Amino acid sequence: MSAAAEDVVTEVPTVEAVSKRAMTLGLGTSIALLAALIIVPLFVKNFIIFQMTMLLIYGLAVLALNILTGGSGQFSLGQSAFYALGAYTSAILMEHANMNYALSLPIAGLISFAAGFLFGLPALRLSGVYLALATFALATTIPQVLKLGFLEPWSGGVQGLVVTKPDAPFGLPISQDMWLYYFTLAITLAIYVGSVNLLRSRSGRAFMAIRDNEIAASAMGVDVALYKTLAFGVSAGITGIAGGLGAIVVQFVAPDGYTIALAISLFLGMVVGGVGWLPGSFIGAAFTIFVPNIAEDIHKGLSGAVFGALLFIVIFLVPHGARQLIASLEGRLSRKSPDRLRR
Amino acid sequence: MTAMLNIRDLRAYYGQVQALRGINFSLNEGSMTTLLGANGAGKTTTLRAICNMVRWTGAIEVEGKPLNGRTTEGVVRLGIAHVPQGRGTFTTMTVEENLQLGAITRTDKKEIASDIERMYDHFPVLKKRYTQQAGTLSGGEQQMLAVARALMLRPRLMLLDEPSFGLAPLIVRDLFKILGKINREDKVTILVVEQNAQLALELADQAYVIETGRIVMSGNANEIANNEDVRKSYLGY
Amino acid sequence: MELFTNQVLAGIATGAIYACMALAVVMIYQAIDHLNFAQGEMAMFSTFISWQSMQWGVPYWGAFLVTLAFSFAGGILIERLLFKPLAKAPVLTNVAGFIALYAIINSVAGLIWDFTIKQYPTPFGSSPFLGSQLISTHQAGMIGVTVLLLIALYFFFQFTRMGLAMRAAASLPESARLVGINTSWMIALGWGMAAAIGAIAGMLIAPVVFLEPNMMGGVLIYGFAAAVLGGLTSPLGAVIGGFLVGVFENLAGTYIPGVGNELKLPIALALIITVLVVRPAGLFGQPIVKRV
Repeated sequence: MSAAAEDVVTEVPTVEAVSKRAMTLGLGTSIALLAALIIVPLFVKNFIIFQMTMLLIYGLAVLALNILTGGSGQFSLGQSAFYALGAYTSAILMEHANMNYALSLPIAGLISFAAGFLFGLPALRLSGVYLALATFALATTIPQVLKLGFLEPWSGGVQGLVVTKPDAPFGLPISQDMWLYYFTLAITLAIYVGSVNLLRSRSGRAFMAIRDNEIAASAMGVDVALYKTLAFGVSAGITGIAGGLGAIVVQFVAPDGYTIALAISLFLGMVVGGVGWLPGSFIGAAFTIFVPNIAEDIHKGLSGAVFGALLFIVIFLVPHGARQLIASLEGRLSRKSPDRLRR
Repeated sequence: MTAMLNIRDLRAYYGQVQALRGINFSLNEGSMTTLLGANGAGKTTTLRAICNMVRWTGAIEVEGKPLNGRTTEGVVRLGIAHVPQGRGTFTTMTVEENLQLGAITRTDKKEIASDIERMYDHFPVLKKRYTQQAGTLSGGEQQMLAVARALMLRPRLMLLDEPSFGLAPLIVRDLFKILGKINREDKVTILVVEQNAQLALELADQAYVIETGRIVMSGNANEIANNEDVRKSYLGY
Repeated sequence: MELFTNQVLAGIATGAIYACMALAVVMIYQAIDHLNFAQGEMAMFSTFISWQSMQWGVPYWGAFLVTLAFSFAGGILIERLLFKPLAKAPVLTNVAGFIALYAIINSVAGLIWDFTIKQYPTPFGSSPFLGSQLISTHQAGMIGVTVLLLIALYFFFQFTRMGLAMRAAASLPESARLVGINTSWMIALGWGMAAAIGAIAGMLIAPVVFLEPNMMGGVLIYGFAAAVLGGLTSPLGAVIGGFLVGVFENLAGTYIPGVGNELKLPIALALIITVLVVRPAGLFGQPIVKRV
């Protein structure tokens, strides 16, 4: 037996597995949803369109976190850092280099990808609680870094930068908000489909093998280091693009818009939507955007408590997130047995 | 003789998978019984069902008391000690602390202290190492410790899951000798689950053979050991 | 050299805050294997209870004891009502629960007592300790209480039956059940004890940082960091970790150019992460062997 005084643990996966079939919505649901996303903005006010756009953007950020945590099992409370990086990259390129907003996005994505990949390297040795702390450190550092004096000519310091809102191209007769919505929708769909394919691909299987049992995965020849850092990179890249979109749509970037509170919101969005379930990212994003407002409407002084209470109700009813709810609804509608849910 | 343990139509499930398909057997008070079978046959599952560590249906009674709905610790407090597969030793605690934990539900301090001394008599090697961390003991020593810990409960019924696993044959012989002694002198009813059929059949009075979740053979241990067909078909020797 | 010594001493003084909080963090980690993000808020709320009692005329030590009892009971209640139902839920869902608890407690405290800062008394006075300009009697008292707590916890865990049972339940829950321990109640007890220790931390910290609903936000992070640095399985490590974090924070602020107040926390965290990369179990933690 072992000679040292060690605690032997059999690794119980921190992140539960989601079966591949359960990873997306059924075909019928997807089509209906897509139709709604395309048609609804034609009939509502600009402000609602703006909110829908923000929903897609936060949904993207939560999706990125889902790939990282639900996919490769790495816990991150630091996504706000990559979101900020993407946002500022876009803002600086647009305002200081006069770059076209659409071009700034891939650059924002690439820079964030690189940052994520680089962060993933030292993070290889950390997991669980320790990784949470490290990502937390990253998230708390970024707003401070953005306020640093010597960066001010570029970053705008504490005041931040104002971003010019783009017009619809080719002189199309639609409002800026509507154009930005469809622009965002297109990007979101592309990233969503790409992510689903990624998780279904060999790389995706590698991620999930690592999530479920890192030692076994490594023993089976999975290059754990490569895939873990890759997951961080991809996740950061998508978050960066979301950040860039956010900067364009909100027309503004400032250090205090990217605090740890944002990272925590994204985390909650992931849990509420269902960890590892990509469609849930948007449901979770909706939760974190709208429920705090609802809470404030219910009782201004106790808005935090109401939010907390609502959050508790949600996690008591559906501990596995919206995925649990949708799966059982879909099951009842099609009268098949529901997708295998691990409890 | 009162039945110490009575099991009727026991079915057990791991999630959707059914591991036991209707087991029936009973143990008389003071008996030494062995439950044999191949890997995956359901031996461990049976013990786990008794301690409510797995989902089960049917009837399990200990000294007439039904075990339905009790928690694992509740079952233990009825006087059932379970030495699990892998021993479940508290590796970061000392040998003596492990023994104290065996008696954690008892309140008779003086008796506990004298019981610890009795354990050191049964297993002198433990006395030598009583302040050592349990994780530093050898396999055989840890098995002795696990048995001793179980005995600290002053159990009515003791369940042992593959106590011979990973141990050298001579050590297993010693261990089984001690088990026999405990059964006779302390009047503890014992149910031993084993893959090592030969030694187990030498030790026990009664034997049951389980295969894919059902009992396929039961009877006197000696008769089963001497029955060549049974040995070849079910016990592999 | 004298500046260095002074900064180290000052660091030890502030580190006492982190050490105390870190003890509560380790306590809860031992019980439930997670870090409870709402622990700081629970400590803050307990401190407010004590403050309120004193407003109603209860003398300091009476309020102290009442608050301890209230916190212990409160911790158990919160666990039984809010987290026992989540026992079978995934870990991340539990984390969301901690965040929800944080929001609730912070908000309720803000409503009852509002966000203006309040003075909180210390039983140790605030004159210079033994003439030193850097450590006040209060800070010396903090260090003293933290060390006493540590010793008390050590005795509890090593020499009492309840302590032994709790250690067993935390170490191997299934084996603990097999010797008859009600592991579910051990968790509840862990919460109660962590809440009580947190209350002590809050009541010691409040005289220094002033009492208001957001007072524990920063402290909790330092407490986590200190606990992780020391090794999450070691109360002694947590305390030493707390002092180390305090010292390092002070030295970094003094000697590294450009490190103002805003960058102190990230630097401290960076240090801890560096330590972890080298020693993943922390300075005093037991290395964890993972089996497939």
